[in-house]
Formats: sequence, C-alpha cells, structure tokens
Amino acid sequence: MRIAVFATCLVGTVAPRAATATVRLLERLGHTVDMPADQACCGQMHVNTGYGPEAMGVIRNHVRTFAPVLDGRWDAIVAPSGSCVGSIRHQQADVARRNGDDRLARTAEQVSARTYELSELLVDVLGVTDVGAWFPHTVTYHPTCHSLRVLRVGDRPRQLLEAVEGIELRELGEAEQCCGFGGTFSLKNSETSAAMVTDKADEVVATGAEVVAAGDWSCLLNISGALDRRRTGVRAAHLAEILASTRDEPWQGADL
Amino acid sequence: MSTFLGMPTVRPQPSRPPRDPLRWGASFPHAAHETLADGQLRANLRTATRTIRDKRRRVTAELDDWEQLRDAGAAIKASAMARLPDLLTQLEESVTARGGVVHWARDAAEANEVVTGIVREAGAREVVKVKSMATQEIGLNEALAEAGIDAIETDLAERIVQLAGDQPSHILVPAIHRNREEIREIFTHRMGDAPEGLSSEPRELAMAARAHLRARFLRAEVAISGANMAIAETGTVAVVESEGNGRMCLTLPRLLVTVMGIEKVLPTARDLEVFLQLLPRSSTGERMNPYTSMWTGVTPGDGPQEFHLVLLDNGRTRALADELGRQALHCIRCSACLNVCPVYEHTGGHAYGSVYPGPIGAILTPQLLGVGEPGGPAGAHDPTGSLPFASTLCGACFDACPVKIDIPAALVHLRERSLHPPGPHAPSATDVSMRVAARVLSSGRALRWAGRAVALVGRLTGGRAIRWLPWPGSLWTRVRDAPVLPVRSLAAWWARRSLR
Ligand code: SF4
Repeated sequence: MRIAVFATCLVGTVAPRAATATVRLLERLGHTVDMPADQACCGQMHVNTGYGPEAMGVIRNHVRTFAPVLDGRWDAIVAPSGSCVGSIRHQQADVARRNGDDRLARTAEQVSARTYELSELLVDVLGVTDVGAWFPHTVTYHPTCHSLRVLRVGDRPRQLLEAVEGIELRELGEAEQCCGFGGTFSLKNSETSAAMVTDKADEVVATGAEVVAAGDWSCLLNISGALDRRRTGVRAAHLAEILASTRDEPWQGADL
Repeated sequence: MSTFLGMPTVRPQPSRPPRDPLRWGASFPHAAHETLADGQLRANLRTATRTIRDKRRRVTAELDDWEQLRDAGAAIKASAMARLPDLLTQLEESVTARGGVVHWARDAAEANEVVTGIVREAGAREVVKVKSMATQEIGLNEALAEAGIDAIETDLAERIVQLAGDQPSHILVPAIHRNREEIREIFTHRMGDAPEGLSSEPRELAMAARAHLRARFLRAEVAISGANMAIAETGTVAVVESEGNGRMCLTLPRLLVTVMGIEKVLPTARDLEVFLQLLPRSSTGERMNPYTSMWTGVTPGDGPQEFHLVLLDNGRTRALADELGRQALHCIRCSACLNVCPVYEHTGGHAYGSVYPGPIGAILTPQLLGVGEPGGPAGAHDPTGSLPFASTLCGACFDACPVKIDIPAALVHLRERSLHPPGPHAPSATDVSMRVAARVLSSGRALRWAGRAVALVGRLTGGRAIRWLPWPGSLWTRVRDAPVLPVRSLAAWWARRSLR
C-alpha cells in the first residue's frame, strides 16, 4: 500500500520519534510511505479552544495537502494520534460548514474517510496484529480519551501490544480516567490539570512498569513530564515506537 | 441570613450567600484554586463519585436494551423540544381541566413573585419543600424569607446544606462536600431541636433529622416542589425521590405549588416508561427509585386540594434558540456526568459558581445567562464565560449521559460563543497568539521552520530536560518537566531518508 503519514504538528516539532517510528514500522511491513511536505496541523487546538473561525486556514491547508488521496496518490493516510484523527473525522467538516465553506466541508469528509489512527490502520486496514516487534520491557498502557471515546479504537492497541515479543504488560489502575492534558486546558486550568496528572502519574508508578505507553504524544508529554519531574525513572514511548522496535533496531527512546 | 456564631468550625460555603444562584464567585480557575487546596473535600469526592460511578456501571450494564433506551430518551427529548410551545399549551389545558392553576414565569423574579403571592394568600408562614433544582436556580427560599416565610427543605442532604447556609455542590447529593462530623456540628447548632449529645453516627444523624422533619410535615399547610417530568397529554406531574420526604410533602399539605422548568414537559404518559428506567439507574445506580409520586390536577378528598403549576423559562427559550447548545435542555438531572467527570472529582461543585455544577452546569449555566450574546457574559476570564473551558473534553460525560447529550461538542461550541461576542472588541493576548499560531499551522513551510528552531534549542540544551519555562510555560513546568527536545528536525530526518 502507499501510505501518507500525517505526523501532526506536535510530533512534527517536539516529538518526531513517533513519526519516524511510524515510517519505519510501515516500511518494515512492506508499504511505501510518504510524508507530504505541506502538512502542518489538523486544526484541533484552535477548534477545541473556541477558535473555530480562526482554524479555517489550518483546516484548509490540511485538506489541500491530503486531498491527493482522493485521486489515488495514496491508498490511506495515517496519523500517530487518536485526538488528531478524531478532530479530522468529527470536527473539520463541521467547522468548515459553520463557517460557510461547503466545498471544503465535503472534501474534508472525503479525506477523513481515508484517514486512520495507527492502530486502526494496522488492525482494520492492513489486517495485522503481530507486526513482528520485539520490546523487552515492562509496559503500562494509557488508552487516551479520544482514542477511547471519540474514535472508539477499543482493544486494537492492546491486540497489537500483546503480540509484541518480550513485552510484559502491566494493568494501569483507573486507566480510562483522563490524564488532565486537554490541550490548552493544561494552561487555562493549570492547577486542575496538575491535580489530574498527579493522580495519573501515581497510577503509573503503582504498576512498577519501566515504560508508560500511549497512542498520543500530547497525553504522553503530560504524563511523562509529571513522571520526570518526580524523577521516577519511568520512560515514555508512543505505541508506534514499541511496534517499530525489533531485535535488529531496538528501541532507544529519542532517536533524533 | 443570621451570623453563624454557634458554629466555630463549620463555615458556610461559599462564605457569603450569593445574590444570583447561577452566577457567584470567581472565574473557574480561581475558584478551583480554592477548592483544590481542600484535601478533605477531594478525598470525600473521590470516594463518593467512584462508589456511585461503579454502581451506575453495574446497573446499566445489566440491561440489554440500555443503548436503545438512551436513544429513545434522546429522541423523545429532541422531538419535545421541537414542539415545545404546543406541548406547553397542551399541558396548561390538561392541568387546568383537572382543577390546577397554571402560571407562566419569564424569569426568576416573576416566578418568585408568583409563588410568594400564592403562599401569602394562603396565610402560611412556613412551607415544606421537596428538593428541586428549579427553585434553587431562582433563589426561591431567599425570596420567601424576605416575605417572612420560612421554607424548610425536607430532603436530608438539602436540609444540611440549608442549615449550614451553603450552596449545593452536586445536583443529586448537594451536601457531598460535608462530612459526618460537620453534619453533626450543623445539626447541633442550627437545627434547633437536635437531641442532646448527638453523635456523628449516620443512623443517629438520620434519626435526628427524621424527628425534626416529621414535626414540620405534620403541621405544614403548604408544600413547594419541583418536577422531574410533566405529561402534556394528561396534565400529570411526577417527582422521583429516595427518602419519602417528597411523598409526605406531596400528599399531606392542603396546598401544593410546583415550579417546573419548561423543558421538563413530555408528550405522552408512555414516555414515562423510558425515563423511569433511565433516571434511577443513571442517578443513584438503582434499578428503581424508592418513591415515584404522580398527581394530576386536584383529586377531591385526596391530597392537596389546591394545586399551582409555575412554568419557568429563565433563559430556557434563549438556550432553545441555539441549535447545538439546546441539547442541554434534554437533561434529566441525573448527575451521572458529574460523577464520571475527572474535573468535577478534583474541584468539587462550588468551583462552578452556579447551582448547576459539573459538565451539565458548564453547558447549561452559560446558555441560561446568554454567554456571548449582546450584553451577556463573555470571555475566558468571566465567571460564566470560563465554565465551558472547565473541561479536558475527555468525553466521559457524553458516554454516561442517559439522554446522550454531546456535552464535549456543546462545550467547544460555547467556548467559541464565549470568545466571539457580537460587535467590535479589542483582541485579548490569547486571541492574538492564537491568530499567529494559526498562520504558522496553516503552512508546511512555517511549521518546518518551527521544527528546525526546536531542534536548534534541542542541540543547545543537549538532551537535558527543561525544568523551568517563563510564563505561560511556567503553568506547565510547575508540576512537569518540559520534554527533552529532539536535536534533529523531522523534516531533516525525512529529507535524508528520502535521499537513500
Ligand atoms: S447532562 Fe446527562 S448525565 Fe448530566 S445530569 Fe443531565 S441527563 Fe444526567
């Protein structure tokens, strides 16, 4: 398959390892991977902060960049983020329509129909759960709210993780409870956010796992930031990094 | 209100009685700063919300058709809201035909005036009350007090809140912010007829309240209630409760006044089937609530011989005009969204500065007060305007809501309304930075440059964690390290890889 990777603005700037891992993983599985140069952001941060009208340019750029999927340039688009895919699927067209651009709304809908979160792409589209990964660490998985309740990825990430060789999964307590990130919520309501991430970090530490994993770097940034501040030594890995890790090219944390 | 000389340890929350029950206190972040510091409150809330959350999960999971019930509830509410004017006039006709009197109140002041007038006319100086959000919302007790009428809450938790001089902090469990010891203190000093040497044993506390309330039930001439639903077709009004205090109020007194938000009307008696299943399972986590009282107008020789129904708007028509926001009117006040909300669990209800706390409060209060409308509250720093921002959009409320209100979508919509009031206004610092950010995030080129700049900082900091950032980054680094930055940008990595 020819697959376009949408790195997302956050991964593209501060956490490229999720994108590089996605590329390496998909290539290892035999697919042709592209990373369109004009990509930037899906618009989620603006929309969710109440700046829908201001997000129109952002959405327009995203849709324009990935519209070639409709002409067959790629077979699918994948993003290593549940919340960005959630926004692409459930917000972009709505925002466009409310701001009077029906054409953009229609194209956004068509593009979003070919856009998948990583675990969806692997399990539903490519039909694999065992990607041949090797990850000899204890891991606890935070399912992230938008993957869970917006995209409803269900146990797909779990199926993928369970097939990884050498991994030992540890159950996270109150796993489905939000970590308190919430985009600009972490700044606007920083004290409430801090209280929430403190609880999440406590639960992670209680598992005794070496690594905390999730399908969204935004949540991971929040959780691992709190863990690092407390010098817990627990490291963070995106789902893609775990799946990209092999005996030949084992996970090392930051690779850039 | 009198001073609380007798209660040195228990102070009313908030410390001053609010002038407007829908809008008091500071903006959400500031109010949360206070409540987050209360470790006892957080521990209480954590235990209480988790217990009720688990109970709800168990009893909703045991019904095969739970999802269909939710769909039915949502559909009935949507269709009722679409023909609200017709249903309300039909309700008025049905109630009138059965001997009741219907009053229409545009706002809190009108509703209070109507109720005060009725009670005065009846010559009563004391009324018993069934727990009701609508009367909380309009500050009826305070209005009655001004007219020299003593309104006695008869729901146990509501009575505790009233005696303490508190505002409720939960829709269903209004005294969730109080513990046993505080309740003992409140009873001892404020109840007037508390037994000597009262302990903080739940049973003893309940028995004291029982004796205290029973005396009032038996002498009450007038009762005031809210309504969980009213049937347009028949004129039947229903109250759902757990303690039996409602049944006492609804049957013993001579005169009954019910204050009901106009959104509580349902078309037909059949619709009860859906809501009498959805409500108890979602609210208390019970299969059935202990008491369901229904009455239709006046029945000669049985129950109150005079019945008044006050239909309250107070901003509901305004909410109805908002296509996306109007689903907040579907709410059946079960409180499931509060119990699953991680923000509520940490801040408690008083941080919301409204009788409606939690996720539903964050979408209902701003609409009742016309957020972002001409002359209405606006902006993320306004007490009401800040409410839609008091959420991470985690979606737990949407999943729990028995009538499938898409609270996250409504929150996002109301954020937009709050930040875009009509007419010209000077952009805030956030407005400006978001506009700049939008420019960068609309261009692959600009974002690549941003990535290179980040990688440059990454090389300069050499893989070390950044533990302190200047404001607004300090809001992040107060409890978290900033991420270790990459030393090479994604674009640079990709360019080299493509060359291979
Ligand atoms: S919004 Fe839904 S979950 Fe919340 S109180 Fe209302 S009906 Fe219950």
